[in-house]
Amino acid sequence: MAELRYTKSHEWARVENGVATMGISNYAQEQLGDVVYVELPAPGKKVTQLGQVAVVESVKAASEVYAPLAGEVVEVNGALADDPALINRAPVGDGWFLKLKVANAGELGALMDEAAYASYVAGLK
Amino acid sequence: MSESSSSSVPLRRTPLHEAHVALGAKMVGFAGYDMPVQYPEGILAEHKQVRSSAGLFDVSHMGQVSLWGDEAMRALERLVPADLLELPAWAVRYTQFTREDGGIIDDLMVTNAGHRVSLVVNASRKEADVEHLVARLGHSIDVALLEGRALMALQGPYAATVLARHAPRASHMAFMTAMPARIGKVDAIISRSGYTGEDGFEISVPSEAALDLWRRLLAEPEVKPIGLGARDSLRLEAGLCLYGHDIDDVTSPVEAGLAWSIGRRRRNDGGFLGEQRILTELRNGPSRRRVGILPEGKAPAREGTEIHDAEGKRVGIVTSGGFGPSVGGPVALGYVEARAAKVGTPLGLIVRGEARPAKVVALPFVPHRYFRG
Repeated sequence: MAELRYTKSHEWARVENGVATMGISNYAQEQLGDVVYVELPAPGKKVTQLGQVAVVESVKAASEVYAPLAGEVVEVNGALADDPALINRAPVGDGWFLKLKVANAGELGALMDEAAYASYVAGLK
Repeated sequence: MSESSSSSVPLRRTPLHEAHVALGAKMVGFAGYDMPVQYPEGILAEHKQVRSSAGLFDVSHMGQVSLWGDEAMRALERLVPADLLELPAWAVRYTQFTREDGGIIDDLMVTNAGHRVSLVVNASRKEADVEHLVARLGHSIDVALLEGRALMALQGPYAATVLARHAPRASHMAFMTAMPARIGKVDAIISRSGYTGEDGFEISVPSEAALDLWRRLLAEPEVKPIGLGARDSLRLEAGLCLYGHDIDDVTSPVEAGLAWSIGRRRRNDGGFLGEQRILTELRNGPSRRRVGILPEGKAPAREGTEIHDAEGKRVGIVTSGGFGPSVGGPVALGYVEARAAKVGTPLGLIVRGEARPAKVVALPFVPHRYFRG
């Protein structure tokens, strides 16, 4: 399985065969607390790297979610509509947000690998 | 994901601060205090704990104010629209400090504590409230903001059962009454009140006794600690106003749907700050009203969300909004023009640029379960 890459704004992406699956990190879901609603884009929407692509809402507040890579939305996680708490239970698994057809694989270089992200998060605590 | 920034202003601590940290609470700045927004179980679990069993809140940041003087109640009536002269000994009443223009300085609980009048006011307003009291009434009564006292709220259907183990008479108290009681070796003032919509108590004790009482109550199997996050979702579902959001120096008690708290004698005789606007609004109806709003979809409408009517014309604004854990979906409070305030009126909530269908509903969202005796 391809490696996870992270943004500084706490999204993750995993690219396989030119398609990136993305979501938010475990640190992000911990910070949010209980997720109660997610607003996902319609498939076909084109986004830029670090452009807003979704909204995640906890009991307390709404937060914007940014695309780790530029591309076109090809699929969204329908299970989140009925069970947004999947994001708390499995942020890097069943709690994925959407899949993007990657426009420029070179952009991956701007993201952090697992180790770099772990030390980045450690620095925030 | 977007992040919020934290401020570096030094925050005050309640006598229970170390207990919150030891319990693993997430601490945030609120009204100048470092307060627990949630404990490790999280806001949803804490909210449901209070609705189904009992929860313990640290509300020591709130202002506890005492008034002394023979005419203290009569004097206080000049600043609030409630009937206080008829308040029996050890009865509690909800009211508002009103401005000359009919806006609201703060909302508060007043207790006739026999030899004194005791007030509980919002943390963010306590200094302003005391200034107001001293400026208006200082010549005739003594006013003191009590430092050195803690305040806890024990709320939920099992609150009475739990508190009766420590203060046996507590379970016989009626809602909105108070009494002095001895808990262990400590002199406490217990009032049967709260701000969750559930039965419950607020317990005032000297600061040095707070930690011991907190631990005794938390040791009860029915009780868990509850943070400010669930306190907000509970009061929102109960349809209760939060100062600085649903009421402020511009809104009047009548617009806010608080006319029930204005005494009959006060309606006839006036004699309180803001009476001109407030009595006029009582007679003619206000031009806008606070209403309950139920979004039809699942998207929460937060504070500041524009409200439109069915034709797309702006009719108001959301003042509190979020997810109601017991409702199982979004709920909101907001002000709308009087013509759009009737229960059932279809509304559009402008969330992220899109009108989302909603309607005006009767408050509260979750029925109150106060103990009437």
